[in-house]
Amino acid sequence: MSDNTLNNLPDGFKGMSHDMSSDQTAFKGVQWGKVMMWIFLLSDTFIFSCFLISYMKGRASTVVDWPNTSQVFSLHVGDVPVPLLLIAIMTFVLITSSGTMALAVKFGYEKNRKMCAWLILATAIGGLTFVGMQAFEWSKLIHEGVRPWENPFGAKQFGSFFFMITGFHGTHVSIGVIFLFIFARKTFRGDFDTGKRGYFTTMKSNYVAIEILGLYWHFVDLVWVFIFAFFYLW
Amino acid sequence: MDETQNKEQANSTHKIGIYLWIWGLLFVLSFFSYMVDWFAFQGLLRWSLILVFMFLKAGLIMAFFMHLFWERYALVNVLLWPMTAIACFIALMAAEAQYTVFTRLLYFFIGG
Repeated sequence: MSDNTLNNLPDGFKGMSHDMSSDQTAFKGVQWGKVMMWIFLLSDTFIFSCFLISYMKGRASTVVDWPNTSQVFSLHVGDVPVPLLLIAIMTFVLITSSGTMALAVKFGYEKNRKMCAWLILATAIGGLTFVGMQAFEWSKLIHEGVRPWENPFGAKQFGSFFFMITGFHGTHVSIGVIFLFIFARKTFRGDFDTGKRGYFTTMKSNYVAIEILGLYWHFVDLVWVFIFAFFYLW
Repeated sequence: MDETQNKEQANSTHKIGIYLWIWGLLFVLSFFSYMVDWFAFQGLLRWSLILVFMFLKAGLIMAFFMHLFWERYALVNVLLWPMTAIACFIALMAAEAQYTVFTRLLYFFIGG
């Protein structure tokens, strides 16, 4: 076995054909939970793509003018409407939380329990802030008369795409926040150092779990990059 | 399992500087894409700038925050090739949207 460690395997495409045609595992050096998370994220990519593609199709095929998102999502600072301000703040908050998550994964692997736990907690609070601002945005738009079937700004399809896409993304963020709080508690308690077994699994806890949670969280940020570009900026 | 263990120990911690750099770049790129709206660029310039900043941000997040840059090609290729199916779907639906809007203009306004 010793001559078959990862460092001795070929890299690049040669490595890919080697891994794919080898025994036991195709994804060498990747813990199975991580592969499962990646496959889930791949399927999630397809779901979000379907939403965004249907949005593209709806917006491109309507003969009514599309609402000017720059104005619809503007926020008043004093008396001056600043275009897209809330969305910009939400973007920065989500990127900040993505950064703290990346550092949490790093400190987790270094077995720096305290730093890791505080960073996960910071990520969770960032996510919570994001969801809170999204709730504010939703209630503001609903108050202004935006519904899935109509809105005062332009094409009727706008409302349904807005609530569907941002709602589905917000659901992902909310689920992520719940898991981040659970993982922050587990990390503070030292589950990943002692290898304590979880509620739903007989497997021992391991810091890999934090990277897997991190993958999910970065994916949520990744989807927001596309929503921000296509829905808010386009 | 031997292989898994070795990989985790060898590759999973990277210098903190990498993360901070990517973090900073993401902030800068987000700021730029907000500026696209701020200066109200229109038309082709607006769309191309939005796409460039979007793909740069997505690439940085996937490559470094999600560690794909350090993963073996077996995983990277399994994850990235399905995106071509999405690209095909986008092309199909863009063509379909053109046709839909054409028929709508024809029947709603010109009257068949």
